[in-house]
Amino acid sequence: MAFSIDAAFIIKAIIILLIFAITLLIATYSTYAERKVAAFIQDRIGPNRAGPFGLLQPIADAVKMFFKEDFIPSHASKWLFILGPCLSMLTALMTSAVIPFGDSVKYEAAPGKVWDVAVQAIDVNIGILYVFGVVSLGVYGIMVGGWASNNKFSLLGAIRAASQNISYEISMGLAIVAILMMTGSLSIRHIVEQQHGGNWNIFYQPIGFVIFITCAFAECNRTPFDLPECETELIGGYHTEYSSMKLGFYLFAEYINMFVSSAMIASLYFGGYNYPGMDWVQAKLIAAMGEITGHNLATLVGTLVFFGKSLFFVFFYMWVRWTLPRFRYDQLMNLGWKGLIPLAIVNVILTGGAILYLKPLVVSLLK
Amino acid sequence: MQLTNRSKQVSNKEMTFAEKIYLPAIITGLGITIKHFFQKKVTISYPEVKKNLGPVFRGRHVLKRDNQGRERCTACGLCAVACPAEAISMVASERQKGEENLYREEKYAAVYEINMLRCIFCGLCEEACPKQAIYLRHDEFVPVFTERDQVIWGKDKLAENMNNRYLRTAWTREEAHEQDLKGIVAQPRTQL
Repeated sequence: MAFSIDAAFIIKAIIILLIFAITLLIATYSTYAERKVAAFIQDRIGPNRAGPFGLLQPIADAVKMFFKEDFIPSHASKWLFILGPCLSMLTALMTSAVIPFGDSVKYEAAPGKVWDVAVQAIDVNIGILYVFGVVSLGVYGIMVGGWASNNKFSLLGAIRAASQNISYEISMGLAIVAILMMTGSLSIRHIVEQQHGGNWNIFYQPIGFVIFITCAFAECNRTPFDLPECETELIGGYHTEYSSMKLGFYLFAEYINMFVSSAMIASLYFGGYNYPGMDWVQAKLIAAMGEITGHNLATLVGTLVFFGKSLFFVFFYMWVRWTLPRFRYDQLMNLGWKGLIPLAIVNVILTGGAILYLKPLVVSLLK
Repeated sequence: MQLTNRSKQVSNKEMTFAEKIYLPAIITGLGITIKHFFQKKVTISYPEVKKNLGPVFRGRHVLKRDNQGRERCTACGLCAVACPAEAISMVASERQKGEENLYREEKYAAVYEINMLRCIFCGLCEEACPKQAIYLRHDEFVPVFTERDQVIWGKDKLAENMNNRYLRTAWTREEAHEQDLKGIVAQPRTQL
């Protein structure tokens, strides 16, 4: 397509900006939600002083972060020390580009000429590979930062992060392979479209889902796999030496990663913007509002459903964090290499067998 | 010897399959935490909500007056002697003619100061006082101070306000418990 500013371009730009803003907003309020969820689970109230119900707390935290001293240790490698949090933030923000947040927006530029713009920043046909690549790059932020700090604890945290991410990426990839075998496409939009209505992948891939979500916890460095941070052993791990907004970037990147991986779980296993009865809703809306408005409203409902699913998994992350203690390092490695990888391979074989001989595995067992 | 009966025998036996895959234990744990998520919170939002600390709580001091509004203190100095933290100091003075409505007896404390940084709120001054002149209030704290000149409290802060008298509802824990059983409600007083 030749580069020109037309309606489709503007709609796309608005969608991209919206996705970017919403990702940041959700990450911001995840910090608030985390503290509230922690408090509620521990029978407390949580932050409630800044604004009504403490809703301005994230802003107060950000202001606090900005006004703290930005300290660089004298023995640290200065440029790498600065690069670390930047890389973390950059890779965290890049992943949300390929996630389909909704179906599509229709806009009638001229009579008979209707633009159909997907609610997604870019629909690349290697979406999942892209996410995997960027997520793997994300560990560089932690490694570079941890190494550049010139501190034993930071270095240990960085090493832990690296080996943990490598170990768990394998089983995560294998869990995805089973899905790819079923759908035959790497594009996340195709995968979501194939889960139309209530035909979600979770019903076909329950084992794959458990493996994927476990690995997602490990990739995001969340409890019970938060060994790179590990404040009780490593005084904060890779970000021991960081202060001010650099620390803020690391923490913020973690929350963005959490949201993005929740969105990935929602799109890969829980049907993305699909929900049971969506065709009926769309037909009703189109009948009531007309072809274009009805379609757009149906897309909006789907997007809201998608956010509902994603936010549930963000909550799930927090719920698990305040339930489980941290794994010991040998337990982590045992679980990754001796538990999840063989299980994921068995899952791939089972899926292959099911595709060949049965119909979808669980559904056929139910019938 | 066993102090509580909550101790549990642990063993190092090999984990069963259900334990090895962690999931059943994780789901049980998630159930427990979500139960707490919806439970009533135990937090008391302090400045807005104040808990009744009981009738024998030892809070800030008050220099009592009698029913006619006369100061009871005779500056005998027993409280200062009893004070283990040496927080109390006073200057005695003789009552002049025409001051009978201010001071109950011929001698009174012209200056009576308590250093609130030294005070440990033990209540020994209260027990030492033969005139029932000093009490530690059960319903008010010493508020936070941010300046040095707020630390030493003189008679201006300590003397009882006749419009808002300090009345204690019970003198011992047992008495308070008895009142609770009879259904007598201790009156909460929040005004400082």
